[in-house]
Parts: sequence; C-alpha cells; structure tokens
Amino acid sequence: MDSTLLITVVLITVVGVVLAIVLYFVAQKFKVVEDERIDIVEACLPGANCGGCGSAGCHDFAQRLVAAPQIGSLFCPVGGNEVMNKVANVLGQEAVEQAKMVAVLKCNGSCFNRPKTNTYEGLSSCRVKAALYSGDTACRYGCLGCGDCVSACKFGALSMDVSTGLPVVDESKCTACGACVAACPKTIIELRPVGLKNCRVVVICSSKDKGAVARKACSAACIGCGKCQKICPFGAITIENNLAYIDPSLCKLCTKCVSECPTGAIHKFNFPKKPKEDIA
Amino acid sequence: MITFKIGGIHPHDNKIAKNAAIESLKLPNKVAISMAQHLGAPATPIVTKGDSVVVGQVIGEPSGFISGFVHSSVSGTVVAVEPRADIVGNMVTHVVIDVEGDIWDESIDRSEGLNSNIVASQDAILAKIKSSGIVGMGGATFPTHVKLCPPKDKKADFLLINGAECEPYVTADDRLMREKSACIAVGTAIMAKVLGGCKSYICIEENKPEAIAAMTAACSKYENIEVLKLKKKYPQGGEKQLIDAVTKHQVPSGALPIEAGCVVQNVATAFAAYEAVQKNKPLIERVMTVTGQCVAEQKNYLVRFGTPLSYILETSGCNLENAAKIISGGPMMGKAVANIEATTQKGSSCLLMLTKEQTARMPIGNCIRCGKCADACPMGLEPWLLYKLSENGNQFDALEDNKIFDCIECGCCTFTCPSFIPLLDIIRVNKVEVMKIIRNRAKK
Repeated sequence: MDSTLLITVVLITVVGVVLAIVLYFVAQKFKVVEDERIDIVEACLPGANCGGCGSAGCHDFAQRLVAAPQIGSLFCPVGGNEVMNKVANVLGQEAVEQAKMVAVLKCNGSCFNRPKTNTYEGLSSCRVKAALYSGDTACRYGCLGCGDCVSACKFGALSMDVSTGLPVVDESKCTACGACVAACPKTIIELRPVGLKNCRVVVICSSKDKGAVARKACSAACIGCGKCQKICPFGAITIENNLAYIDPSLCKLCTKCVSECPTGAIHKFNFPKKPKEDIA
Repeated sequence: MITFKIGGIHPHDNKIAKNAAIESLKLPNKVAISMAQHLGAPATPIVTKGDSVVVGQVIGEPSGFISGFVHSSVSGTVVAVEPRADIVGNMVTHVVIDVEGDIWDESIDRSEGLNSNIVASQDAILAKIKSSGIVGMGGATFPTHVKLCPPKDKKADFLLINGAECEPYVTADDRLMREKSACIAVGTAIMAKVLGGCKSYICIEENKPEAIAAMTAACSKYENIEVLKLKKKYPQGGEKQLIDAVTKHQVPSGALPIEAGCVVQNVATAFAAYEAVQKNKPLIERVMTVTGQCVAEQKNYLVRFGTPLSYILETSGCNLENAAKIISGGPMMGKAVANIEATTQKGSSCLLMLTKEQTARMPIGNCIRCGKCADACPMGLEPWLLYKLSENGNQFDALEDNKIFDCIECGCCTFTCPSFIPLLDIIRVNKVEVMKIIRNRAKK
C-alpha cells in the first residue's frame, strides 16, 4: 500500500476524532435544555397559530402550558375541551372545563333599519373610517360595514351580507379565537357561550344613546326602556347606559324578553321552529 | 424669496373669496357652544339650564393645565347643557343658549378706535390671554398661554406670526390682515412683550400682496416687527416649516418649536390677543370663509362661536344640491362635515363646499416606487414605507424607527401619489397606535 494513502487516512481519522471530542464538549457547554413535553403538547394543539389563547402562537402556548403549575385559566378556544383534556393527560393534570364560545355581532343596523345620513368614499377599512368620523348613520356605536372583522378571521367564519351590509358569523366555523373582537374599532362583537343545544338569546344592539336618539338613528335599536328587565323571571337582564345586557350564565332561554322588546332588539338564535310557524 | 427646504407641493390656491370683505353674520336664534374647542381637556360647564347669560360671560372653566376658558358668544337663556354631536359625529358637551337680544358684558370696550398703548405687565397679559380663552386659531387650537410660557431654561429668540395661510380656498387670515392690520401689529407687540421683547416676523405668502402691503404699513412704526414675503408653497403654515423658512433652524424630531428658539402664533391669534388685552374682549367670534366653486356668493363672515353650520349655509344662500362634500377647514387638512347641525368653534377657519367632480376618488393603484411622496413630504419621511409597514399590520417598532410620530398629517403624500393611494389615511391610524405605545412606555 502506498504510504501517502496511509498517512492521509490516519491524518483524516485523527482530525475527525479530535474535532468530534471538541464538538462533544461544546455541545455539552451550550446545551439548550427544553422540556420534551413541550413538543408533545404542541402536537396536541390545533396548530392554527391564531393567537386566540393570548400567546404568540401554538409553540408559545405549549411552553406556557408546560411551565404553568396548574393549567387553570389557560385555554385553547380553537381546540376546546377535547384538546385541553389531551393536554391535561400529557401533563398529568385535570383540565378545567370551559363552555364553548361563539362570536356574536351586537348590531342589527342594516340598510333597512338604519338610514344613512352621509356617504363614505374613503378607503374600505373600519379602522380608517373610525379614525375619520363616527360612521355614515346617526348611530355612533353600530357596525361600520367595511369588514375588518372578515379579513381578521383566519377560519373563514365571517362574511359580509351584501343585502344588509353587516357581517354574518358562520357558527360551524367560528372557533371563538377573538381576532374579530380585537379587529373591530367599535367593539360590537362579543364572545358568548354557545348555550344549551346551541340556543342563545342576545340583545343585538350596542347603542348607548338615550332611547329617542337611538330609535331615531335605527329602528332596531335597544332604547333602554327596561321592559325586558321587568319581565325576566331570572334576573338575567341588566340595563346600563341605556343598553340592555343579557347575562348568559343566568339566562334560562325562556324567550319572554324576545316578544316583549318593543323594537325587536332581542334576538333568539337556533331555537327549533314551532309547528305553527311552519304552517304560517 | 424664502421658503422651507424639504418637500412641499403646489396645489392651485383657489383664493376665490379674497375680495369679499369681512361682514358680521346675523345672530342665529339658538347657539350650541362646545366645551371642547381647544386641544387638551374639555372645559367644565359652570352654567345650568335656566341661567341667563350675556356676551363675554364665562360659561366653561379649564379642567387641566392644557385646557381653556369658554365664554358665551351671545346673550340669552341657557336651555340645555347636554352632549351633542360635533362635526364628525363625536359626542361633546355643549351649552345650548336661546338668543335674546345682543347684550354685552359691560367691561368689554366695544369702541372702534385703535388702542396701541400697551400698559399691562407681562404677567397681566398672560393672565388676560388665559382668562380670555385664547387658543391657536390656525386650526390646532392649542391654548396660547401655554405656548407663551416657555420652560425657564429656554429663551425665545423669534416670534413668528403665521399669516402664510397656505391652505387653498381659505381667505380668513388674508382679509383680517388687510382690514385689521394695525390691531394685528399691536397684538404682535403684546405677545413679543410676554416673550421678553424678542424679534418678531409676520410671515405672509406672496399670493397675498394686499395683506403684505397693509401689514408693512402698519408695522413700520415698530422697530422689532418685520414683515416677510414667503414663496407660495404648501404646507408653509406648518409650524416647523415656517421656522425652517424664516430662521433656517430645524426643530429636532419629536421636540417643540422652542427648541429652535421660536414661538409661532397665527395672525388671528395675534388679533385675538389685541382684543383681549386692549379691549378686554374674550374670544367669542372669528372670521370664517364660506367658499367653493358651487357657492353663488363667496363670503368672509365674522361668526360667533356656536353658530350652527346649517344656519351659515342657509344665510349665505348656498345651494346644497350642488355640494357633494362640505369641509370644515381647508381642503388639505380640514375635516369632512358629517353632521350639518354641528356648530362653529375656535378653530373653524373655513366652510368649503365641493362638487361631485372635485371630490371624485380615483381607483387605487399599486405603489410603483416612484418616490414622489418621499420628495413631497415636508418632514423628510418616507410615506410609501410607512404605508407598507402599516398595511402589513402590527409593525409598530419599525414604524417608530421610521419616525411615524413626526408626521404632521399635511396630506402632501396623498396629493402627489400618481397611483391615488390614500397614504395619509392609513398612516394616521397607525400614528395614533404608535403614539399610544410611546405614551404607555413613558408611564412605566
């Protein structure tokens, strides 16, 4: 065998071994210890990186979950209880059950209910519009109709209804991540529990104006008359700043307030139709 | 001829109302005086329903350091103190007064004669300016007494009286300088006295030769007051631009004009200071231009604060059918009026009516990186970059690094953009966000 070849093989081997030893110690010195549970927990999460939990993304949330002594209030709204149970199993803890939420638009100021007082021709963005003035109708609290919530939704659960000019929530797709709540400059979107059998009773108005002013601006406005508060047998309705609010934890879905409301501002969602209504 | 160095644009000046002499507007039947006519905290109303008031009576007191007095502009009975919508629809506390006659407070000197003998001391002048509710009348409505009290370690070298009136259409200051030049000269001397007798310049753009002539004649007897003719360029009336044009000093980023040794006041403010100090008359009225190509008769009215805009339009015989858009202020920085029942304020310099053709928006194109906006920006910013960063969302650190808070919202970038991108609309929204972040950081 040629000695040149031998020297080369030996030299390369020695260099390799020396570098391997150096690398081993460097790796020991600069080792980043990461809890392996973080990867396992992250695998359980939906991976949407929507930020609905308040963290920067799913990996960030997994780190917070593993670091927390108790899962407690940490909750993934997209995955819901199912995912949180899985996570709790991995971490050997009990998950806290939370009611499934859904986004609800609290404005019924459609083109029919709320006449326009002026026309907006600027950039189609609610934030820009809200910075310029209070809106194209006499109601300062209602939907601006430029669809910032629609573009904020990463799950395609929101769409603009062209006939009413208001966004519509597709409840089957809504994950209650809260992106639309943060995007709305008028803060008229609320996350509410989906309720028993998906049924809900909600005041679909955000106007804090006095009754006469609110009514003049929009025929579907809550005028703060207090009729619903009086008729509610469970004390679920409070009126603050001329606006009724139904506490979802107290509401027993009796729907007495719905028929009592003089402006039709209280809506019921997903109630089964009565046979009579079908005939009519 | 002098002008500022960076950026600027040349819109058509359209000063079609410049030959209409100032005339007093007939009093309306009812006025609603806003408590938020100045920058800063709104005033606290001190009258209640049923009180009778006279012209010049205090009806609102300041509720903070940066705040101001509000006076009744009419005599009559207070019928309500309630929140009402202002021109953009936001609710602000207004004092609503039913007008009965025109009875003035007895201490107000209503004689016509000029009183050029300044006897009041510095402190007395400052107190008078404060109690008369005087604010910057160029549009920003910053309380004047605050501006005239620079920090102890700073000294004002120059007082600049801003008569540039660079906004197209507006002629209120032009008319005031032509008709009340002697009073403005005294007002300038009064403010210069407060600042320790510094050199004063009255700065007027070249498109107002009559005003320049009138002011030069009026100031000839004052050694320390000089009238300067400026080249016509928008936004010359901006504080920092005017300082650059006249003194060649640059105001540092984020700092106040006093850092460059300057105090800038509007000519209407100088006139108001004259009336307050020499005639004991609080700020209750101002000159307002009612103009536009679709307006039959161009007007420069002396209007009392609290006069409904609808009343002004009706009295001046404006045909609202032709007007697609009504703007309070000039076309560049004014606000579109969303509520015609809103009332005039200390900062309302103009009521401009534009037709559908004039306000038509062009379809928005893509940014072609031509750099016109960067050339036009008088603050030396890069509007296209701020726009891109704003559009991406949540890039507030990058926006701050690119000095979004230095934007004076003059609208040069939007005016000059060949793709009709509404740059300022988006920059303004994000500027507010960045300012909020900076303020929160300062609190911590």
